[in-house]
Amino acid sequence: MASGILAGWLLRRRNLRLLGRIISVLIWLLLFLLGVEAGGDERIVKGIASLGMEALVVTSGGVAGSSILAYALWRVAVRGKTRESQKGGEVR
Amino acid sequence: MKGSLKIVGFFILGIIAGMTGLLHIDDFGFDVSFTALAMLMFCVGIGVGSDFSALKSLRTQSGVMLLLPLITIIGTLAGCAGISLLFPGRSVSDLLAVGSGFGYYSLSSIFITEYRGAELGTVALLANICREIITLLGAPLLYRWFGPLAPISSGGATSMDTTLPIITNVSGKEFVVLSIYHGFVVDFSVPFLVTFFCSF
Repeated sequence: MASGILAGWLLRRRNLRLLGRIISVLIWLLLFLLGVEAGGDERIVKGIASLGMEALVVTSGGVAGSSILAYALWRVAVRGKTRESQKGGEVR
Repeated sequence: MKGSLKIVGFFILGIIAGMTGLLHIDDFGFDVSFTALAMLMFCVGIGVGSDFSALKSLRTQSGVMLLLPLITIIGTLAGCAGISLLFPGRSVSDLLAVGSGFGYYSLSSIFITEYRGAELGTVALLANICREIITLLGAPLLYRWFGPLAPISSGGATSMDTTLPIITNVSGKEFVVLSIYHGFVVDFSVPFLVTFFCSF
């Protein structure tokens, strides 16, 4: 990845439209391979329902956690804005 | 949404190929998924390296709102750590790695498959697709309960592309730049955080 960042910086003036397509194709290939690996594993095929449930619960936890903190940040931002109604900038 | 359907389609095709025994992951003679992963990382790196300007130009947003990506990352990790109490069979770092996908299902599930096996990789794929779907469907509710920043935070890495339209609709046009900046920073953190939590 580090070599990619370097290459990208060197090529930054070039047209990189092709890159997005290459990335999509690689992602499709890799997810296809993940499917092959998961489909070939009986344990995973049998447990797909409980794995899906686990996925949903974990994500709900993540969404809840980030939403609560986002609410706290919003309260701080609104309070800062009313205090500095002129510029509404730096609150820190 | 069309992009996610395509992704799920390839995953399901793979499952069918694996289940029917048409294809086996060891048939290739070399580690094909690692090779493809290395190529993918190279390409993602090129994208990041050539796109520093995008990050700089979005720095115009002022004040405390710039902390939103950090808030999203901390909130998600805290939530996942809390949830891990419900799954004694999984280590905290496993679930933190799953949570660190922030909706970027393709990259995170590929990484986790490589480091932790196909089972957790499947959980990661499903969990991060769920995150996008929850945001698309639940944005109005999140807005009502937690204010205008919550749909952006919930969108995670997708707040700059797939969930941007719904965020614009629900939270308002004035949050577009913040939402793109947020998605960009969170997206950037995914490969680092996922590999970090996989290393435990």
